[in-house]
Amino acid sequence: MLTRAEIDDILKLIDGSTFSELKLEMGDLKLELRKGPQAPAQPFPLGENTPAGGTPPVPKAVAAPVVASGGGAEIPAPLLGTFWHAPRPGADPFVKPGDVVTADTVIGIIEVMKLMNSVPAGIAGRVVEICAPNGELVEHGQTLIRIQP
Amino acid sequence: MRPIRRIFIANRGEIAVRIIRTARALGIETVLGVSTADRESLGAKLATRAVVLGPGPSRDSYLRVDTVVQAALGTGCDAMHPGYGFLSENRDLAEACEKAGITFIGPSAANLEAVGDKLTARAHAVAAGVPLVPGGNASTLAEAEEVAARVGYPLLIKAVSGGGGKGMKRVDTPADLAPQLDLAMSEAAAAFGDDRVYLERFVTVGRHVEVQIISDGNTILHAGERDCSVQRRYQKVIEEAPAPGLSPDLRDGLLQAAISYARHIGYRSLGTVEFMVDVSRGTFYFLEMNARIQVEHPVTEAVTGLDLIAIQIAIAEGRALGLAQKDITQTGHAVECRLNAEDMAQDFRPCPGRVAHVWFPSLPGLRVDTHMAPGAMVPPHYDSLVAKLIAHAPSREGAISLMQQALTVMEMQGITTNSPLHRAIMADPDFAKGGVDTNYLAALLPKLTGGRT
Repeated sequence: MLTRAEIDDILKLIDGSTFSELKLEMGDLKLELRKGPQAPAQPFPLGENTPAGGTPPVPKAVAAPVVASGGGAEIPAPLLGTFWHAPRPGADPFVKPGDVVTADTVIGIIEVMKLMNSVPAGIAGRVVEICAPNGELVEHGQTLIRIQP
Repeated sequence: MRPIRRIFIANRGEIAVRIIRTARALGIETVLGVSTADRESLGAKLATRAVVLGPGPSRDSYLRVDTVVQAALGTGCDAMHPGYGFLSENRDLAEACEKAGITFIGPSAANLEAVGDKLTARAHAVAAGVPLVPGGNASTLAEAEEVAARVGYPLLIKAVSGGGGKGMKRVDTPADLAPQLDLAMSEAAAAFGDDRVYLERFVTVGRHVEVQIISDGNTILHAGERDCSVQRRYQKVIEEAPAPGLSPDLRDGLLQAAISYARHIGYRSLGTVEFMVDVSRGTFYFLEMNARIQVEHPVTEAVTGLDLIAIQIAIAEGRALGLAQKDITQTGHAVECRLNAEDMAQDFRPCPGRVAHVWFPSLPGLRVDTHMAPGAMVPPHYDSLVAKLIAHAPSREGAISLMQQALTVMEMQGITTNSPLHRAIMADPDFAKGGVDTNYLAALLPKLTGGRT
């Protein structure tokens, strides 16, 4: 584990460097540091390829955590389809960051050709982040949300 | 006319790469739907974008109509290319695309239905005046003798409601007809509760020759024929264009029959009409029509200079062909070898694995369609085709010689392929003569493997 002083030292090093971002992984520890006012949210994090066609439908920037320790477990999409945060337009989302969920808690819906598939959390814990934007295509295996067990 | 801007490719392997190649040349974007096993494939890297459809097994990814259409819609595609195999001749996909407002780069659902079912396809052949294997029904010996007199010997007796070889008897001489008929009828009755039988000419020496059809719905053209007689267990191994040694009359008959068939069903798109050429009788019979791009299309492209995928896209956009039959000319001869990841020494067992090193020489006249690259994975879920080598030269001898050189010089390390088989065939005097029949490879194999098949 790093001490607060050590992290401060690393921050100073970054500040004085030309790098704007640092990712450090040591065993269980994950440290992510970004310089600047607001790190850009991952645009449409589908695979590694550039989304086809001109401007990708960039979702509203989700505040990227400056320091994420562990980051929680990634809950992958069990199938390809359109990911919906809420049971119907305008309704409250199934879950939001901070919510406590059980393995059976529905975290969203994946629509495949008008067929709605509810997605359970799969593990119990606290929701850290909603990763996949509402109403967008998610690939099989793409991270939907993150849960801190 | 509806120009295509972004194509969803519902396929994988070399054909995905082949479609991307033409799409790039045309300035069309591509989205490739992949399984988790193909995430790192060459096609996934070359496509404008790749999306994961589902897990490795095809039924959970490449064969899911709903998922494929949803992925196309979700990525803003205005067209769908199904490649070959998988969903390429699936009516549900064609219909789902139509409903979703996605241009299906292939024939209409009605066309697919007309060729999809064997009996329907045969009925259309009869109506179009395209020859089928001669035959007829018989319920008594007298009727059987009448049919036999018409179709000649040897013949096959098949159960009308049959399948899987039950109730099927081969009859070589008139003396055998009565006893074999009795056997076939009682077997048919026992197996299917229906003793009706069907007699059909048995083609002992046949060649598989197919005709490439190009149709915009009004203009129906052929792009010559391909000979695909080198087969192992009904799987094509080597194809060539043109078919060697066909008489001009026979060849013309095939080409015209293919056009008649396509015209009769109102076919629109690329397609292939397959025939069995009866070598001993110098005639031919309709087998089936394939309503898709074929694996072996490059040999036609080599001799005609056409880009068949580009034509297929243009037809789907609703463009007129802008070609006449006289504009399609053929130059030289082309041979294609299907390089499969399989082990000849172990009864052609598929050999999936990781390719350590791969290199194909840039020989003049050689084309290689492949999705292999150093480090590429050949997953266990799909067919074992890893590359197609196409050699084009002014003469057939030249094409064979070029292929031999390519096979000798190329490198594919890390997986076992059937390259030794191709080298043996290219060096075989019978193949060099040209015009081998579909029994050829089965007879050659024991010589190559020292008695084992």
